[in-house]
Amino acid sequence: MTERALLLRVTLVVAAGTVPLPAPRSLAAQDTTAGKRVYVKWCAGCHGDAGAGDGAAAASMLPRPRNFTSGLYKIRTTASGQLPTDADLERAIDEGLPGSAMPGWKGRLSQAERRDVRAYIKTFSSFFADTGQHVVPLKFSSPPGGRTSVAALKVGRQFYDSIGCRKCHGDQGRGDGPSAPTLKDDADFPIFAADLHQSWRFRGGGSVEDIYRRLRTGLDGTPMPSFADLIDQKFLTDEELWRLAQYVRSLSPAPPEVRDVVHAPQVPGTVPVSPDDSAWTRVARSWFPLEGQVIHKSRWFAPAVAGVWVQALHDGKTLALRVSWDDRTESPDTAWLKFEQRILETVAGDDSGPGPKAEPWPDQLAVQFPRHLPQGMERPYFLMGATTDPVYQWRWTSRPRRAFAGLARGIERFDTLPGAPAGEATYEHGEWRLVLTRALATPDTANEVQLEAGRAIPMAFFAWDGSSGEHGSRMAVSTWYFLALDRPTPPGVFISPVLAMLVTLGLGLVVVRRAQRRGATRSGG
Amino acid sequence: MRKLGAVAATGMVLALGLAAWTRQPAPPAQGGGTISGKVKFTGAKPAMPKIDMTEEPKCKAKYQGVPTDETVVVNANGTLANVFVYVKSGLPASYTAPAPAGPVTLDQDGCRYHPHVLGIQVGQTLAIKNSDGILHNIKAKAKANRPFNISQPAVMTSTKTFDKPEVMVALECNVHGWMHAWLGVLPHPFFGVSGGDGSFAIKGLPPGTYTIEAWHEKYGTQTASVTVAGSETKTADFSFAAK
Repeated sequence: MTERALLLRVTLVVAAGTVPLPAPRSLAAQDTTAGKRVYVKWCAGCHGDAGAGDGAAAASMLPRPRNFTSGLYKIRTTASGQLPTDADLERAIDEGLPGSAMPGWKGRLSQAERRDVRAYIKTFSSFFADTGQHVVPLKFSSPPGGRTSVAALKVGRQFYDSIGCRKCHGDQGRGDGPSAPTLKDDADFPIFAADLHQSWRFRGGGSVEDIYRRLRTGLDGTPMPSFADLIDQKFLTDEELWRLAQYVRSLSPAPPEVRDVVHAPQVPGTVPVSPDDSAWTRVARSWFPLEGQVIHKSRWFAPAVAGVWVQALHDGKTLALRVSWDDRTESPDTAWLKFEQRILETVAGDDSGPGPKAEPWPDQLAVQFPRHLPQGMERPYFLMGATTDPVYQWRWTSRPRRAFAGLARGIERFDTLPGAPAGEATYEHGEWRLVLTRALATPDTANEVQLEAGRAIPMAFFAWDGSSGEHGSRMAVSTWYFLALDRPTPPGVFISPVLAMLVTLGLGLVVVRRAQRRGATRSGG
Repeated sequence: MRKLGAVAATGMVLALGLAAWTRQPAPPAQGGGTISGKVKFTGAKPAMPKIDMTEEPKCKAKYQGVPTDETVVVNANGTLANVFVYVKSGLPASYTAPAPAGPVTLDQDGCRYHPHVLGIQVGQTLAIKNSDGILHNIKAKAKANRPFNISQPAVMTSTKTFDKPEVMVALECNVHGWMHAWLGVLPHPFFGVSGGDGSFAIKGLPPGTYTIEAWHEKYGTQTASVTVAGSETKTADFSFAAK
């Protein structure tokens, strides 16, 4: 703080002490009684009866539900450590907090209910009733132009390095920096540095404006500090902070739309087997979100892998499936063992006995198919099949680095088959890129799915991050999706429309000619 | 240019602090009484974990050997350092102490806080200095006061104040998980921290009977009742045992 700012603050404090200020609006003016009813019904299950973030469901969650008693909020428009504005709380209630268990309540509760519950949660912290607290939103500037220009992003990247973002968020922003495995929040729960490649999961929103605001305000209660002082101290300009926000935003693609089908175009020649073959840059990728496995014990509410990007190609004989996903660690990684232990202690899971101990588990990925292509919509149980109706799976592990195939009969039982897909994987800056290849047709037609072009092939995914304590039933799962091997487009598909156009044009010309001729005959007679 | 600005700002704050310090009057309340003492330590001196500063070569270079955690610092004479000793109660209700104009400085040097334990008055300026010139964030996990968490990626000084008494405010750096400091915020100047010889002194006390509390981050608190009259010096020793 500069001397002048200090003086101003002192003046303000003195003024606040001597000049009668208008009485703060009484909390009773908002209906906290009605708010309590809403709270007890909809919020207490996670946030706890007394607002301490310790509801019945809280113990299995990471991040934990907000503890309202300290008046500490991550997503605000106010300076570091200050209370949020009513509008800040309204946004969190209405829109929810992406990437956490907090849903948006706009469509579920009436406006009055949302306003009342907002008033009620403020009663959990005495800070809201403290008239000495000045809740003033910061004044935010507008973004400068040139959002995606190379020069703008270069400036942003320069500050990404110089102000040390990489310490926690990593060189490429996937939350894999050297300090990441030591991070904890104010309640001593382990906390992940955000993966900056998934802006749609940012708690406060993923727009450039949202990111800029988080840089100014920090995320209270977390290790993420405010960078506002750096502008006051002339370490960087406001515009440079905007460039940093733009750079961070540029790391994520547009929020992916989830589609049911991933298409595998047919390529001439042979399919690429390396994950870094340039052929993959020309293939569209589809995002498949994953969720924690919460059906069977031990349940897992804190999946580390939020989803997988999938690309597919075939050459008429072989299928190549490229799966890439963000993972902070190339597991097993001893630097993360303590963090893993803290996660396991925090996310108690369920009543399946004493908490598991951290072990150097590998990273794993599974791709699941039915054994046979179904005739109708009937598919085996999505969660690794059943004893009587097994599923065919490809599995890959980071250590030992290998791919294999087998039949899963539920989560507990996996029988390896002799035939295996080929697997090639690269780990770089918090990302796995894996290509699995297998012949479309195999001899073991009883157990191994036969991949036919033109058919909807059910497919599902499972992922484990060993360094987050994921192993066995503690995993991330998807529902069934489909893989479609495209047939090469017959030349007729391209020629027919051209022919049709030519014929139409020709006929049209004939009609016009005739009409003109008739007109000429009439005027001549 | 920026660096120059940061250096200039640092200099200004330091100069201001120095000016304020030299202007500072002697202890308040015409001399007053003194409570002094030593903090003894009994039992086996716990081995403190080594701090691996490989990630920060700039900090690592500032040490001859391998630096260790400062949670428990037992002095050569068997006393305990970093114990915050302060007047918990006993001051007359009418007692008021204006915050000194000079700041209290917390320095980040060699990826450790200096001092590790410190006291400050309500309203007094805390100057947080980064001498390392690498990224530190300073998080104050205050509970009675509002907390803060700010970033210092270069040599620079930031200032903060605290509105309410709070013993103790935990300060930490999340970039370097081993960095911890403890700040006692009091509405009066009657506090001290046991140093390299385990001694402390609280000076300028008005006559009265006081509850003195000794606080240690690992070993908890102890209290003593001490009566001082006039300008006499009373002794209050504390003893913490290894756990």
